[in-house]
Amino acid sequence: MNVRLLLLMLLMMAAPALAQGFAGLGGDAQGFAVPRRGQAPQFPRDHGAHPDYRIEWWYLTANLKGEDGKDYGAQWTLFRSALAPEEKPGWQSPQLWMGHAALTTGTRHYSDERLARGGVGQAGVTLSPFSAAIDDWSMTSRAAPPADELSALAITAAGEGFSYALALDARGPLVRQGEEGYSVKSAQGQASYYYSQPFYAVTGAIAVEGKDIAVTGQAWFDHEWSSQPLSKDQTGWDWFSFHFDAGAKLMGFRLRDAGGGFTSATWINADGTPEPQPPGALEVSPLAWAEVKGHRVPVQWKVSLPAKGIEVTTAPVNEDAWMETQVAYWEGPVRIEGTHPGVGYVEMTGY
Amino acid sequence: MLLDLQDVSKSYPTGEGVLQVLRGVSLALGAGESLALTGESGSGKSTLLHLAGGLDRPDSGAIRFEGKDIAGLGDRDLAAFRRVSVGLVFQQFNLIPSLDVRANLAFQARLGDRYDAAWTGRLTERLGLAGLLDRYPEQLSGGQQQRVAIGRALAGRPRLILADEPTGNLDEATGDAVLDLMLALMAETGAALLMVTHSTRLASRLGRRLHLAAGKLS
Amino acid sequence: MLTQGFVVLLSHWRRHKLQFAMLLLGLALATALWSAVQAINGEARASYARAAAVVGQDRLEQLARPDGTRFPQSGYIALRKAGWLVSPVIEGEKRFGAERLRILGVDPLTLPSEAAQVNVGAADIGLQRFITPPGVFIVSAETAERLKGVETPPLRISDALPPGMVLTDIGIAQGLLDAPGQVSRLLVAAKQPGHARPLAEVTPDLVRRAPPEESDLSRLTGSFHLNLTAFGFLAFAVGLFIVHSAIGLAFEQRRPAIRTLRAVGLPLGVLIMLMVVELLVLSTAAGLIGVALGYGVASLLLPDVAASLRGLYGAEVPGTLSVRPSVWGLGLAIAVAGTLASAASRLWRIASMPLLAPARPRAWSLASERALRLQAAGGLLLLAMAGLTVFLGSGLVAGFASLGAMLLGAALLLPIMLSALLKLGERLSTRVVAQWFWADTRQQLPGLSLALMALLLALAANAGVGTMVQSFRQTFVGWLDQRLPSELYVTTRSLDESRKVHDWLSSRSDAVLPIWNADLRLFGQPVQVFGVADHATYRDHWTMLEAVPDVWDRIARGEGVLANEQLARRQKLKLGDAIPLQAGVSLPLAGVFSDYGNPRGQVMMGVDGLVRLFPDASRLRYAVRIAPDKAPQLAAELRKAFGLPQGNVVDQETVKAFSLRVFERTFAVTAALNVLTLGVAGLAIFASLLTLSGMRLSQLAPAWAMGLTLRRLALLEVLRGAALAVFTMLAAAPVGLGLAWMLLAVINVEAFGWRLPMHLFPFDWLRLLLLAVASAALAALLPALWLTRRSPADLVKVFANER
Repeated sequence: MNVRLLLLMLLMMAAPALAQGFAGLGGDAQGFAVPRRGQAPQFPRDHGAHPDYRIEWWYLTANLKGEDGKDYGAQWTLFRSALAPEEKPGWQSPQLWMGHAALTTGTRHYSDERLARGGVGQAGVTLSPFSAAIDDWSMTSRAAPPADELSALAITAAGEGFSYALALDARGPLVRQGEEGYSVKSAQGQASYYYSQPFYAVTGAIAVEGKDIAVTGQAWFDHEWSSQPLSKDQTGWDWFSFHFDAGAKLMGFRLRDAGGGFTSATWINADGTPEPQPPGALEVSPLAWAEVKGHRVPVQWKVSLPAKGIEVTTAPVNEDAWMETQVAYWEGPVRIEGTHPGVGYVEMTGY
Repeated sequence: MLLDLQDVSKSYPTGEGVLQVLRGVSLALGAGESLALTGESGSGKSTLLHLAGGLDRPDSGAIRFEGKDIAGLGDRDLAAFRRVSVGLVFQQFNLIPSLDVRANLAFQARLGDRYDAAWTGRLTERLGLAGLLDRYPEQLSGGQQQRVAIGRALAGRPRLILADEPTGNLDEATGDAVLDLMLALMAETGAALLMVTHSTRLASRLGRRLHLAAGKLS
Repeated sequence: MLTQGFVVLLSHWRRHKLQFAMLLLGLALATALWSAVQAINGEARASYARAAAVVGQDRLEQLARPDGTRFPQSGYIALRKAGWLVSPVIEGEKRFGAERLRILGVDPLTLPSEAAQVNVGAADIGLQRFITPPGVFIVSAETAERLKGVETPPLRISDALPPGMVLTDIGIAQGLLDAPGQVSRLLVAAKQPGHARPLAEVTPDLVRRAPPEESDLSRLTGSFHLNLTAFGFLAFAVGLFIVHSAIGLAFEQRRPAIRTLRAVGLPLGVLIMLMVVELLVLSTAAGLIGVALGYGVASLLLPDVAASLRGLYGAEVPGTLSVRPSVWGLGLAIAVAGTLASAASRLWRIASMPLLAPARPRAWSLASERALRLQAAGGLLLLAMAGLTVFLGSGLVAGFASLGAMLLGAALLLPIMLSALLKLGERLSTRVVAQWFWADTRQQLPGLSLALMALLLALAANAGVGTMVQSFRQTFVGWLDQRLPSELYVTTRSLDESRKVHDWLSSRSDAVLPIWNADLRLFGQPVQVFGVADHATYRDHWTMLEAVPDVWDRIARGEGVLANEQLARRQKLKLGDAIPLQAGVSLPLAGVFSDYGNPRGQVMMGVDGLVRLFPDASRLRYAVRIAPDKAPQLAAELRKAFGLPQGNVVDQETVKAFSLRVFERTFAVTAALNVLTLGVAGLAIFASLLTLSGMRLSQLAPAWAMGLTLRRLALLEVLRGAALAVFTMLAAAPVGLGLAWMLLAVINVEAFGWRLPMHLFPFDWLRLLLLAVASAALAALLPALWLTRRSPADLVKVFANER
């Protein structure tokens, strides 16, 4: 069985429609639920999975500094993809799960992937306590009630040549992106439910090629779900999450299409209050390109948000941060210089 | 008359058409007589010999042996005739390679139910084959083989001996000795001899002589 | 000059067209039979390999229970949570209509990349359709054909699957196999992350197995294919005999031509090269014809072979032949190589022959006594080796090797034995013609000895194999009567139906005996375990090969088990040995029963014990005891009451007939090959006689001249053929007996594990003798007839001057 073809099927629909947009995410919703304005995510209920939506992910990126003074980046992601808007027990479950884990050092980028069927217990997200897991990778809550389940997490993952075990403690509140969690992705109105927890302080250890290194740093968590996040002509996106040294955060993305693209951003104050920016307010442009694993990818960016007086450039800790997974993309830690220095993560898909 | 051929003709089909070998040949041979047939090669002397011995049938003419016509006999009767009445001594020896000398000597006589141990013993002595009885034909020299052939031909005391160049493969001395032996034994048994030879010297040792040329006697 | 020489060489064949035809035909037939066998074997082996390679099972390590039973998929989940990269597989058999299919259920998401080699055209399936009932069946084209009209999930064709196998989603498969949440084994991805918890900590009841070097199927059917290969070799050997004798004769007849060529100035090296080229051309042509013929023969035989394999082993082999260039190329190569090897000694002799050696056309027919004795010594040596191997060696290969040595040794001894017999005949006969007949036959012997050796082999093989098959059939039929004492046999379709049928039948029959069984792995091989009820049927009918005194009581009480002969023999079991049925559960061996026709091991135990130890044993079949005249009525009522198909309620006669049919089909292939081999041998004799007939004239002419009719001489020729056949048959008889004994006592035991008593069938042997005599006489008839048509002119030519 050609697993690659199967994976493509995974993100395709059962009906023989052609794949549309990056990874087929531009296809029609076809029976799945669609995000509606005005229905803000409620917690802790919405920390869990939403089987009636087609695609969902729990996404963590961490900018780390080791005891050796070097910069590291870690990524932990669990994707859920549904073949049908329902949950059934056992192998018949149309819910499919995929996990990506990565560790970036200055010299090398490690990544690994896991696939699992829903309904049999190999992967899934449960609440009370919150636990997102696939195989032996897990993201579990360490929080004691009545604190929000995501306010303290333990993350573990391991792949070939790397592993990490991190403890995350939130130093700020959950942030609903877009309009109270309704995040618009294109001029045609495609949208998703999207919230983040960008205020994690991280302690823990990573192991690279057998060497253990104690690390500390910051981490950013996203949870997003929708059924048709892209429009038909959108080929991919560039996504930025910045931790500014001053304490504020910035989330921004540009969806690339046949025209000029669609940008959106949210400025997050140090106290956690979000200021969503209108589409087009964020300006991004690539500064330098590199050939990474056979793909031509912009590795240095100029990001500006004039409304907030932000003009920064990003430089990657490691250019080679290409995820060698079935659906491939670039994801890696960056250093930010300019008006608002800091660290962050950049994700680029569709190259 | 032992053997009487009258106006015998014989032809053979060849690649180039029909070859007329004998054209109306007649001869007569009495008991105890010896007759030499001479002629060039291809003149038909061997054919005449074969017809006389019942080895083949003529196209036309009569062949009588002791008054009986053998030209019209069927295969079985011809075979019977040859068994009892004819002894063959041909140039090629034609001994039976799978039988030893003793068995070869007795072969034709026993075929015709005319085996006489005493007579065969005497033949063996006279032909000087006493020490060779257990040998096989391939182990004998040319002269020895021919002597065995003569012995075989005479062992059944046939009335008619047909010889076709019997000394052709032997050197002169051996050939003469063999011929002497044959003539002496024939005198003892009273058999008639019809011999084909191209040697006038040998032909002169027989009683009569006839010459064949282009299928006709002269 | 080259072309001139070549033309001279080839002109020989133009004059002796029949000799040429015989040479070509003999080699072609031998190549055909050999290639056919190779093709059949190759087809089967490719199919087994495909079966083994499905989902990479021949390349990947596996985790499974030691006894091979299924385990819950929670073990799979636990392993994944412990960091193991494993993928679940469930496997089992299920009937769809009249077809029994092997179902393989996999999880496409976790399947390791090594297993992903099977390209099943997933693009047009859609994952959702694959995993949602009814699911999708991926099958080969042949299986799809067999399933026409049968109700199955939608089918998709892939030629990567062997016949009779279905690939589907694990969830679908679990449902079909009535094994919810169960897994047969886990495939272990080649590259593991390395940080996983140890196996013993997570799933202590599973063991890790290396990928099997040889699949179960390969091992089971190995003996069957070895059988076929042996026949192929036999046929080829017989064919090579023909080639050897034909080349020898041609060589002798061409001596004058060769002498002339060399005298005229053709260099020896060039001459040899021309002859080699001639042989290459001939053998290539014959090889090509043979290969094409072989394809035809294989296509004809393959359906029977496939049926035998399915019936005997449950092995699935396609019924149509695919063209395999390697097999056919090898056939051609062997034909050419064999011919060159046969001719090697002759070519050597030409090379060492002095330029003006006198032509000795009869030299070849007069063999030296010394050569004969040397050959006989070789034969005795081979026989001795055969004997040694039988007593000292073990295993199938040793068995076949000693068989081959015995056959070859006997063949080598034949000429000297025949010579002795003929000498005796000569000495005993008083009449001159009789004496000459024996002496002349003896002289002909060298020219015929190769053909007669071939005939000996074919006759011995026919006699031996025939005896074995007949013994087998006789024993088998008697054993069937014992083993199938019940009047009706019922197969239900579900557990629920099974219970209902049981209740319904209990009140209407004398007894309802369960035929329940489970699969387990015992001593590393797949074994079936059957449960038997405590009933007089077994006590009365079953005979045991060995048993403890109260064996049936012990079985009923659950204090012992029975094993079939093949299992007991293979594992060298003695009464009282412990048989490990499950982890921690073993019972002593109470008896051994014969189980002909079954290559697998089988264990019998009390049915209560079976159900206890193997709760998911198949409980669908029953044997019913009732008065025989009431059986048809009961069967009809049963079918009507439950709507059971015809094939699910069968009577004793039908089952017996079916078993016998499988038996017959198995040996149909053997019978066909037997006949073909005999045919090749007959052809060999014909060829030899025909080629000798040219020389016969000069040997017969003197006798004719001295007063034997041609008809009588011709009759003697025919008689000679018959006499030689009789003698050869006399020589073949002990060889055939020896062969039969070896087959029954050694080969069959090694191959299948059961031993059959040898019965003798004198009428069959008589029939074979008559057949041999008839074919030899027939082979001699044509040359003899030609002899009678000779004109005196031809005969007297022998006496002419030419030498």
